[in-house]
Amino acid sequence: MSKLKYESPNIKQIHAGITSKFGESSTLKPITHINTVPVKDLINTYGSPLFVISEQNIRNTHKEAYHAFSTRYPNVQFAWSYKTNYLDAVCKVFHQEGAWAEVVSGFEYRKALKNGVSGDKILFNGPDKSVEDLTLAIQNNSPIHIDHFDELFSLVEVTNQLQKRAKVAIRVNMDTGIKPLWDRFGFNYENGQAWDAITKIMYSKNLDLVGLHTHIGTFILDPNAYYIAASKLADLAIHIKKKHKHDIQYIDMGGGFASKNTLKGSYLSGMEISPSFNEYAEKITSALLNAGFSTEDLPLLILETGRALIDDAGYLLGTVLANKRLSDGRRSMVMDFGVNLLFTSFWYNHIISPAQECSLYTEDTVMYGPLCMNIDVIRDSINLPPLNKGDHVVVQRVGAYNMTQWMQFITLRPRVVMIDVKGKPHLIRDSETSEYVTALEKIPNHLESLDL
Amino acid sequence: MKLKKSIAISENGFVFNPEIGTSFTTNSLGVAVLKQLKNLTTKEEIRASILKSYEVDGVTCEKDLDDFLRMLDQYNLIED
Repeated sequence: MSKLKYESPNIKQIHAGITSKFGESSTLKPITHINTVPVKDLINTYGSPLFVISEQNIRNTHKEAYHAFSTRYPNVQFAWSYKTNYLDAVCKVFHQEGAWAEVVSGFEYRKALKNGVSGDKILFNGPDKSVEDLTLAIQNNSPIHIDHFDELFSLVEVTNQLQKRAKVAIRVNMDTGIKPLWDRFGFNYENGQAWDAITKIMYSKNLDLVGLHTHIGTFILDPNAYYIAASKLADLAIHIKKKHKHDIQYIDMGGGFASKNTLKGSYLSGMEISPSFNEYAEKITSALLNAGFSTEDLPLLILETGRALIDDAGYLLGTVLANKRLSDGRRSMVMDFGVNLLFTSFWYNHIISPAQECSLYTEDTVMYGPLCMNIDVIRDSINLPPLNKGDHVVVQRVGAYNMTQWMQFITLRPRVVMIDVKGKPHLIRDSETSEYVTALEKIPNHLESLDL
Repeated sequence: MKLKKSIAISENGFVFNPEIGTSFTTNSLGVAVLKQLKNLTTKEEIRASILKSYEVDGVTCEKDLDDFLRMLDQYNLIED
């Protein structure tokens, strides 16, 4: 007689409370496949933990976002935000979909060039651009988004030395009702600083003001903030036309669209409260279309959306290392991935699903990573069925920031696989080795010998 | 050890302690173990019956059973 499938015996106390009719179903569905590829096969082939990216999901999401804007506004361009995920394979998918590159450092700028993006389609943002970076960007005819007056003056010097003109935009910060106000980047709209920067550029010898840029914050749940931001940039553009008889070629609304992840402390899930691309598009395009531009002067609308385009495409597969009972009776689980790989677990209550069939019985569980550090908590409370040592889980919506902000700390970073549109997995980043990590270290001579 | 006489268990895993009014849910193997505990039994006997019926190795079974029995004790559901 065949034996029954084992699931450890568990019991939990029922605490009566007021029932809530709000919120999505708490029924837990196992994720056994990603784009038709069995999770088990992926882990057997590439190991655990493992990041998996769905190419189809990236392409679908980009198309959905582009459709939302291009059906409302005649001239739309997306620029892929490199810092959100700059694995070359990921960037190339976005570029194949037609996205330009948006970079915030010399490192990212060179990555975009190497990925085949022509200089005039690389938007150079950020507060840290060296003279060498600026020179490279000027020579490649890239739009440089000026962050502060020191950078503006550096640019004037560099262009004078090179005897070349530079295409520039300014980043504008402003009050859109969103707190905190991101006034550390760019020039302020309300106190006249932005207009001051515009005037300096317009009277400079070698700078061509081609655009206006803003980036009002991150994970913005109120689309109306974008209406205010777009209105203020449009107002600047119209005044530039009036005063200087100069047309602004593009308005860059930056990023900050929320993904469907659930922020820590949020009562409702991201699935329920995050605005759709259509909602953001409606606000931004309405503001621009109603601003007073003549039809022929309507500027190109650029969007640097990162998180909302890639979060859903990323998965982290992991394995249970141990089950433990805490002193207060709660169940805890130690996984083979921690906050070193899942940086976003500091911000989100990630959805984590079993990767194999399981019972409907769940228990409140604390999920820890493998690091010998108290802060290594993936979820401080998650309802999961009993999982045995060696069972696998799938963390969803991890495509944004984790593969750029991950840390080489205590353990080595794992492989990253991309599943192509035909369902074939490709290794797009290999796992680190001890040799790779220590290759840059040097030992002073007097520390070479040991006598233990 | 033995389940306290007053404890009620349903087939689908609802457990009720009428002495102090607490209630619990347990999974299918939890129900099986609690049923076995209705009669005086030992940990070894429970372990043997689980190993006989389920796809599990001895170490995992012992570890999980220890944990489950500790929880039953903590919830005041069993007596020696």
